[in-house]
Amino acid sequence: MIRFEGVTKKYGDGSGGESIAVNNFSLEAPTGRITVLVGPSGCGKTTTLRMVNRMIDPTSGVITIDDRNTADLPLAELRRGIGYVIQHAGLFPHRTVLDNVTTVPRLLGTDKKTARLRAMELIERVGLDPDLAKRYPAQLSGGQQQRVGVARALAADPPVMLMDEPFSAVDPVVREQLQNEFLRLQSELGKTILFVTHDIDEAVKLGDQVAVLRVGGTLAQLATPAQLLADPVDDFVAGFVGRDRGYRALQFAEAPELELTNEPTVTIGTSASEVRAVGQPWVLCVGDDGEPMGWVRAGAVSGEVTRDLLQRGGTVASTAGSLRALLDAALSSPSGRGVVADADGRFAGTIRASEVVPVIEARQQSVAEREDAAASALQGEATPA
Amino acid sequence: MITFATVWAWFTDPANWQGADGVPTRMLEHLKFTGITLAIALVIAVPIGAWVGHSGRMRWLVTGANAARAIPTLGLLFAVSMLVSPLFTSSLAFTVPSIAVLVLLAIPPLLSGTYSGIESVDPAARDAARGMGMSDWEVLTRVELPCAMPLFLSGLRSATLQVIATATIAASISLGGLGRYLIDGLASQDYVQMVAGSILVALLALVADLVLALLERFAVSPGISGRGQGVARRRRLRFGRGGDAAASVKNSTDAPLGADPA
Amino acid sequence: MTWALDHLDQIFTLAGQHAWLAGLPLLIGLVISVPLGWLATRKAWLRTGLLTVTGLLYTIPSLALFILLPPLLGTKVLDPANVIIAMSIYTIALLTRTVADGLSAVDTSTRQAAVAMGYSTFGRFRAVDLPLAIPVVAAGLRVAAVSNVSIVSVASLIGISQLGYFLTDGYARSFPTEVWVGIVACLLLALVFDLVIQLLARVLTPWTRVAA
Ligand SMILES: Nc1ncnc2c1ncn2[C@@H]1O[C@H](COP(=O)(O)OP(=O)(O)O)[C@@H](O)[C@H]1O
Ligand SMILES: [Mg+2]
Repeated sequence: MIRFEGVTKKYGDGSGGESIAVNNFSLEAPTGRITVLVGPSGCGKTTTLRMVNRMIDPTSGVITIDDRNTADLPLAELRRGIGYVIQHAGLFPHRTVLDNVTTVPRLLGTDKKTARLRAMELIERVGLDPDLAKRYPAQLSGGQQQRVGVARALAADPPVMLMDEPFSAVDPVVREQLQNEFLRLQSELGKTILFVTHDIDEAVKLGDQVAVLRVGGTLAQLATPAQLLADPVDDFVAGFVGRDRGYRALQFAEAPELELTNEPTVTIGTSASEVRAVGQPWVLCVGDDGEPMGWVRAGAVSGEVTRDLLQRGGTVASTAGSLRALLDAALSSPSGRGVVADADGRFAGTIRASEVVPVIEARQQSVAEREDAAASALQGEATPA
Repeated sequence: MITFATVWAWFTDPANWQGADGVPTRMLEHLKFTGITLAIALVIAVPIGAWVGHSGRMRWLVTGANAARAIPTLGLLFAVSMLVSPLFTSSLAFTVPSIAVLVLLAIPPLLSGTYSGIESVDPAARDAARGMGMSDWEVLTRVELPCAMPLFLSGLRSATLQVIATATIAASISLGGLGRYLIDGLASQDYVQMVAGSILVALLALVADLVLALLERFAVSPGISGRGQGVARRRRLRFGRGGDAAASVKNSTDAPLGADPA
Repeated sequence: MTWALDHLDQIFTLAGQHAWLAGLPLLIGLVISVPLGWLATRKAWLRTGLLTVTGLLYTIPSLALFILLPPLLGTKVLDPANVIIAMSIYTIALLTRTVADGLSAVDTSTRQAAVAMGYSTFGRFRAVDLPLAIPVVAAGLRVAAVSNVSIVSVASLIGISQLGYFLTDGYARSFPTEVWVGIVACLLLALVFDLVIQLLARVLTPWTRVAA
């Protein structure tokens, strides 16, 4: 666990005055969880993060890792026990990928062979082709470099990781891949992670808890992603969390058991007459294993169903997914019927937006009732009997 | 009259290849002065350049050294010789001031090469190195110096050419070496000897430059030079005699960076 | 000081000659290295070839070049043309790389905008690339100017008249004052060159002076 207790950092502004980058900041980042620090540029996220491995020394306050005051630990020992990943990866250009990854184990005295074996394992683990190990950083794409940066930080198996906007310098598609693999990796490794980003979507996606900072370096709100979207404490957080938050919050609402509508399906090669026999303008096409492939417009089929007739615009929700995924499947489907697949990816049925909305409303109702109950319980305690 | 034949005759005359004034002796002398000078200059300039680049403090040392390059080398040679020679007896009276001036001339390119090499290291790489618990010394030796290699070596090439060229001129204050052929030939109106000496000096400079260019192949990580790896050339740090454009622009606001062939 | 005042006439005459020997090659070098630098940006092999050749020329020590040029060109040893040509060679060697670097440093989006507007290759070079490369080229020119002023003084060893005369003469007569006057005069001349080039570059690039 990383704990900040009343941490403040002031910088001299060069003309005798001071500017406060981080102000009386307190926070607990629980062991084995991802805590995201998010906020607009210049709000002190990087400063906060870098005070943990003492790249920056706090002006006042205490930072502890597992109840040990970081200020009392020898610098090298502290830093070697913390994985550190930064925006542009900061790979050493004169070393191969493999030698970059073995850096910290080698500093710690691990012999070369052991360090390399473990490095190869890590390189694969972060989703890199082992052939890349012999390359130099300049020969890698931005996304690959960032993966090497993560592998390098993990090389000495540190319990704590500090990550400063590690994915913000890559394009959105690669970023999403990196985020997904990061979550997969974390589910295997269970590190205590402090993660900085200015991107609220990233924060909500990755964080077990999210700390929103405001300019001046104060903590505006600490909450789980769902709480943050559902209940921003003030206008600043609400503005920062942004539009669509009602919709985005649904991603944290697990879909209840729903009545799905069964649907006649066709496959590639089904004849036009059979398709028309279904009697609907849009017909769902599934693959050999029953996996949904796309919608076919019945009127467009002449001869038989072919791949290029498939309309793939609709998203597929999972029975174990969120309300957001369900609603999106319905809204993105050309037929208006959202496709839902089971845990094995087989077509399970369809659902309409008009069927999802009542579920959402019912959920809001129950949340409100629960809060009322909690509030009156509190009042009951406060009122002397 | 100078013709190819007269010069050829000079080179094929066995007398010119023997004794204290023979080509091998003069060549070795020239190499010796160059070597001693570079060794002294490296010992002075590299630690200072590394320190300034690493700490970012006292940058004026580099700017100052660069500005000093505007002093005409010939003037420096004569002035120092007149100041220092009287302090020594024997042949040291000529070698010490010459070597002193050669060292002074070799320092600026070495200093700014080392400094700008270290200063050009990707701040993110430096940050990562510190973040993984490297000490200042480890950051310097494991990250900054290897990354600074290309610019340092360009500085070394500039310095070497500068020293070879100025050592030639130093024959006018009685230093040995290949410059003797030029200066003595001038005094005795032996133009053939002057031309032969000039050819030797030019060859020496060329070969030295080539050797250093080869050294660059071995001393610079392929990850930085991009050699033989199909690396996108974007990071290639090249720095010819005068420095790469960016470096010369940056430095030229304070002082010129180019080395004189003197 | 008094010696310098007594010899003001001579100082100015020699300074004039020195300025000519160091300055004219700057112009010649510029005129030649702009097209060479442009060629170097066109094709990778041209760049390698040009920069290798100019780089090799630059390695030749100046005194050796002053002595080698007369038999090669058929000029007299005392002909100032040798110095002009030698200094032009050094200037070209230095500036070709600078011009090439300066031209290739022009912002890609600026260049593409120019192409999209329908500039021909040459028109774009003249109207867009070259003006934008001026700051880099000027920086290279300043380096060349200061270096030229220093190298020209070496030519006094073979008897070409310029400020270097004070150096050789002062040394021959064991008269330090004269040597110092020579050094200071050279430094002042280098400073004048430097300021003139900076001024010209400023005048030619008004857009760089718009408050940032
Ligand atoms: N070394 C420094 N000296 C002075 N001010 C700084 C320094 N580093 C950061 N700051 C200031 O502290 C504030 C917070 O910076 P930072 O932690 O980098 O913000 P963020 O990472 O959230 O964008 C900013 O206003 C920044 O200008
Ligand atoms: Mg930041």
